[in-house]
Amino acid sequence: MSRAPRVAVLVFPGTWSDRDFAHVAGLVGWEARLLWHTEVDLGDADAVVLPGGFAHGDHLRTGAIARFSPVMRAVEAFAAAGGPVLGSCNGFQVLTEAGILPGVLLRNDHLEFRCDWQPLRVERAVGPWLGALTPGETICLPISHGEGRYYAEASVLDELDATGRVVLRYADVNGAVTPDANPNGSLRSIAGIVNERGNVLGLMPHPERAVEAEVGGTDGLRILRALDDWLVMQPAAAERRL
Amino acid sequence: MRWLAEVHVRLRSGIADPEGQTIAGGLRSLGFDGVTDVRAGKLLRVSFEAADRAAAEAALGQMCSRLLTNPVMETADWELSADEPAAVAIES
Repeated sequence: MSRAPRVAVLVFPGTWSDRDFAHVAGLVGWEARLLWHTEVDLGDADAVVLPGGFAHGDHLRTGAIARFSPVMRAVEAFAAAGGPVLGSCNGFQVLTEAGILPGVLLRNDHLEFRCDWQPLRVERAVGPWLGALTPGETICLPISHGEGRYYAEASVLDELDATGRVVLRYADVNGAVTPDANPNGSLRSIAGIVNERGNVLGLMPHPERAVEAEVGGTDGLRILRALDDWLVMQPAAAERRL
Repeated sequence: MRWLAEVHVRLRSGIADPEGQTIAGGLRSLGFDGVTDVRAGKLLRVSFEAADRAAAEAALGQMCSRLLTNPVMETADWELSADEPAAVAIES
């Protein structure tokens, strides 16, 4: 029997969702380890999570300083080797600044910090985190950000669409992607994308805050629990886990 | 020698700037009816050491491309001047 997935949860100065991910680990059967940003080695991690928050105060730009934290070199190598990486909210912003994912997250178009439950349409169910979802279905996750307006040049957006790398879009409760359902002005209502190989997921919503029915929903569990099944199906990962 | 650069970071044209639009609306509400647009940006004053002007310009280019701007959304230009010791004494 394989062991529990070992998940490195990165902690930058100003990260705030790391404890939520540590809490979730108990629910989804992860062995989570909080990893301070000055570490240079991910150890035996099967997966890496970049949680939400305000890394390094988000000074200059969101994620701009964090991308140069020592641990990010290891994350870049881990991602390039096909390792599962999830960046939520500020973690998504750090991944774009690091160039691991394309585009950038700009100030919300209405300038407000938006904290709410947000329906999302699942566009594709690829990679380590989305395997339990069904394309076309509507899920609901909390958002909590002031800088979530996804922007990339039109050519980049076209390529993301053409290659099926837009995995989540802001939608209404019926799954319709409309301007009114877009909470921040993201181009093409983009809420989450994956890299070319599909192993790196960046999304503005917080799956770790949707894991208990008592607080409003459990769709986040379906994303975080999918990792275990994915690892079992990957020969290299499965071997490491024996 | 010491140099002082005033680096202006601007959002690329074509990217919506809700902060600038809000400021423009504020100006119009004060009666400045002629205001048609405002683009918000950042001003960074960077004091640093470099051997000569060419080295200072080269260093600034690197600073801007590696950290001070995200080329996906921003551009930068700067004014570079020798940082006179007297001016430093006044500011400190």
